[in-house]
Amino acid sequence: MEFLCEPRQSLLECLRDVIGLTGTKEGCNDGNCGACTVLMDGRIVNSCLVLGVEAQGAQITTVEGIARGNQLHPVQQAFLQNAALQCGFCTPGFIVAAKALLDQEPAPSEERIRLWLANNLCRCTGYDKIVRAVEQAAQELREVKA
Amino acid sequence: MKWFDYAAPASLDETVKLLAQHPGALLLAGGTDLLVQLRAGKKQTDLVVDVKHIPELNALHHDPAKGLTLGAAVPCYRIYGDGAVQSAFPALAEVAGIIGGTQIQGRASIGGNLCNAAPSADSIPLLIALGAVCRVAGPSGTREVAVEDFCTAPGRNVLGPGELLVSIQLPPGPARSGARYLRFIPRNEMDIAVAGAGVSVVLEDGVFRSARIALAAVAPTPLFVREAGEALAGQPVTPEAISAAAEIARGAARPITDMRGTADYRRHLCSVLTRRALETAVQRAREAR
Repeated sequence: MEFLCEPRQSLLECLRDVIGLTGTKEGCNDGNCGACTVLMDGRIVNSCLVLGVEAQGAQITTVEGIARGNQLHPVQQAFLQNAALQCGFCTPGFIVAAKALLDQEPAPSEERIRLWLANNLCRCTGYDKIVRAVEQAAQELREVKA
Repeated sequence: MKWFDYAAPASLDETVKLLAQHPGALLLAGGTDLLVQLRAGKKQTDLVVDVKHIPELNALHHDPAKGLTLGAAVPCYRIYGDGAVQSAFPALAEVAGIIGGTQIQGRASIGGNLCNAAPSADSIPLLIALGAVCRVAGPSGTREVAVEDFCTAPGRNVLGPGELLVSIQLPPGPARSGARYLRFIPRNEMDIAVAGAGVSVVLEDGVFRSARIALAAVAPTPLFVREAGEALAGQPVTPEAISAAAEIARGAARPITDMRGTADYRRHLCSVLTRRALETAVQRAREAR
């Protein structure tokens, strides 16, 4: 994808305001809340702390790229089944971060899941349902592979 | 954010020339401090220089004879994911894993943590304990600065106009050596240290051959407590010797009272964290080949 931006524009601003991909959310805009989490060359980053110009040549995956067409990713399905969201604002960041974890670690412990997601804040759920959803998605992904 | 220009030089020479032409330029590695400071108006610049394309700043190379070369822009995830770092400098791998959360670790570098010069920076006491040295490049060539001499005040360091941190050199750990950084935070993760202690020890026949101890968040800069380590040299490895060094660390701390903790509490933490970090470092030294 090609886009033009000013050097001062964050990747988050570029995604939302220049490209029009509004799935990625702006929460704190200073790297604490994780609502703007995207994958950059396979690593999760806060897109509010990346300049748009730094994305030149990089592979960026946003929440819009997690489902396959109409087929939700197991992480997304598990969030729905476990009601792992209330207002939903933090959800895109959690989905991207959780998928990245399960891509590299198929069987994370509860402690590992909580630590990995510590940079994602949710003010509604109390996190337990989110952790359950990630555990369920992990199990389903393992069964698909088996 | 205010308007600024952006450059991403591909070599050290090019960068030094660019910085000479733009004395007000600010350097961008992981951006996890810089972009927050620019957005908040705490820093201003006309030019941001992205240093992530300079090979020397991306180097992560371990040589058993020469030690570890840690490029200033190497992000935390590469440090804790590196097999050589995990086996030769496990305490460094641990500290890279407690700076911020996963997203921050995908970008933030130890070099940036050092240049940002926060008194509470988690990596700096450990670097001091490990005897790390900064390689600095600038208009008059390169120079070396011991990490304990690098930070000069909160948010300030020894870098002069046109200079940049290229890499951090960690000398090879001798046989029977171990290190550990411990911090106290009221949460489990993602928090700023109320106090921290980084230590390294070298043992020989049940005796401390040498030790280095440094503290976080109890002075305007990360604090090297040389005398606490020197007090251990030549002492048998006993709980009494360790406690005595921890008391010296407590006495050297010059903390303030703020929302994270009182000065008295921080002094108490210095003693406890130093003692516990020494205990783990001794354990590691005994297990080391």
